[in-house]
Amino acid sequence: MLEKMIFGRYIPGDSIVHRIDARAKLVFVFLFIAIVFLANNWITYGLLIAFTLTIVAVSGIRFYFIVSGLKPVLFLLVFTFLLHTFFTKEGTVLLDLGFTEIYTGGVIQGIFIAIRFFVLVVMTTILTLTTTPISITDALELLLNPLKKIKLPVHELALMMSISLRFIPTLMDETDKIMKAQMARGSDMTTGPFKERMKAVVPLLIPLFVSAFKRAEDLATAMEVRGYKGGEGRTRYRQLDWNLRDTVAILLLVVFAVGLFLLRS
Amino acid sequence: MDIKLQQVSYAYAAGTPFEKRALYDVDLTIPSGSYQAIIGHTGSGKSTILQHLNAILKPTSGTVQIGDKRIDAGQKPKELKSVRQRVGIVFQFPEHQLFEETVEKDIMFGPMNFGVPEEEALRRAHELVGLLGLPQQVLEKSPFDLSGGQMRRVAIAGVLAMDPEVLVLDEPTAGLDPRGRKEIMNLFARLHREKGLTTVLVTHSMEDAGRYADRIAIMHSGKCVVEGTPQEVFAQTELLEDFRLELPQSVKLQRTIEEMTGHEFPTLYLTEEELAEALASYWTPNGEGMN
Ligand SMILES: Nc1ncnc2c1ncn2[C@@H]1O[C@H](COP(=O)(O)OP(=O)(O)O)[C@@H](O)[C@H]1O
Ligand SMILES: [Mg+2]
Repeated sequence: MLEKMIFGRYIPGDSIVHRIDARAKLVFVFLFIAIVFLANNWITYGLLIAFTLTIVAVSGIRFYFIVSGLKPVLFLLVFTFLLHTFFTKEGTVLLDLGFTEIYTGGVIQGIFIAIRFFVLVVMTTILTLTTTPISITDALELLLNPLKKIKLPVHELALMMSISLRFIPTLMDETDKIMKAQMARGSDMTTGPFKERMKAVVPLLIPLFVSAFKRAEDLATAMEVRGYKGGEGRTRYRQLDWNLRDTVAILLLVVFAVGLFLLRS
Repeated sequence: MDIKLQQVSYAYAAGTPFEKRALYDVDLTIPSGSYQAIIGHTGSGKSTILQHLNAILKPTSGTVQIGDKRIDAGQKPKELKSVRQRVGIVFQFPEHQLFEETVEKDIMFGPMNFGVPEEEALRRAHELVGLLGLPQQVLEKSPFDLSGGQMRRVAIAGVLAMDPEVLVLDEPTAGLDPRGRKEIMNLFARLHREKGLTTVLVTHSMEDAGRYADRIAIMHSGKCVVEGTPQEVFAQTELLEDFRLELPQSVKLQRTIEEMTGHEFPTLYLTEEELAEALASYWTPNGEGMN
């Protein structure tokens, strides 16, 4: 039932996007998030879309699939678009609805914000779809390592993150199972009036929490009996490997940013 | 109420890169009042079939006829509550579905969802706790304070409380101790016999399939490969070997005896009692009769 959710899932592949070092991909996405805010006119927003679509194409993941998997956030996208359309009062009046007027500036602003939202979501989805959760956390731990100097528990944070990521699919499966079991007992949160659906949440959440706590306890015990005692002196089995292509990827993004900077108005 | 699966195929996550075909053109008819066992290895699609029996899953292609309700592939869900009430499913590890403060409330949850009045639901809860061999005191306890075996019984009571016409059981005794298994399996047999409850049992135990079922279906890689009475199914030794399934213990022993003595029994003995009786009637004190 929840199987169409793709956020946080990994699709194996061997495109160049898959092979780029996870650290490079993380830095790339963070820089990209900043760069998106450079765009402020049609050309620069157009370039953003083109850039994003090129990366989707190179990653070898079907675009149709990304869009269909993003349906849950598509709602947010439409919502922000409407918000800007109705509440930005710039430019000339495009439409007079009686209770309010819609301005050209509002529509344009709405479109821009929607594009911004879209490229951000697609880019981060590409990151998670092409990188195993484990490499993402490894990369994050390595990138944050300098912050250990100021006593930030980097290893613990990375561990927490990798455990959470590891258990997302497990919890999804569990949710699916419990949902079905409660549906069979006549409590359905996928159909019916809103109030009925809300009532069906409790029978789903309580068993889910119970099993999550049980799992957490089991995991803690299993880690302890195998001698886990924090990051001190711990070696790694998987080594990340920074290559020329990773540097090139970052440089390409910098070039793109410079381009946007020159073309923005 | 008959349930009829026609050319049912099902794929999980259809249309995504994670698409997983789980059923291929399955035909299966479960007549009203029968006891149908479904056996097969893990991952062969047994649980997937079960979820079609009360329209929790809808076929990717083919049709499922549940009583007078017809579920076609690709059609929007209609009113399914009555189907859910008439076909009760006990999922694998049903104790995971318990959530209420007290056992009593949890058992009443199903019937009350289907509009049964509170007093009637309460009455059923009290009756079922006894039927499942639990002391009445558990009714006031939190389900999370019970032992695993007791939780399983409470969960089963929660489904029986819906008063279904068809009882669907997905490995209901997995993880229970031998005595608990026997008690629960005997209870299902009794409900089937006395109340005419149509029963569908998924099991890994060939003994249970042979002992309790009228008909057995074998699932293999998402296909229903064999269907017939226990006699018919367990007579096809080579076929079972192809699917790496065992014979019931009593049949195995019967085959060994037949091999060693050269004597052919007229029929298969699906339970140890039947086999013992057959052997006893051949047995004479002076050692004659076995050949
Ligand atoms: N929720 C699900 N999402 C994706 N695949 C599933 C899901 N549930 C089961 N499957 C797959 O469908 C196939 C049949 O599973 P299932 O019906 O559970 O088999 P069984 O009950 O015989 O062990 C298996 O290959 C299994 O991996
Ligand atoms: Mg199963």
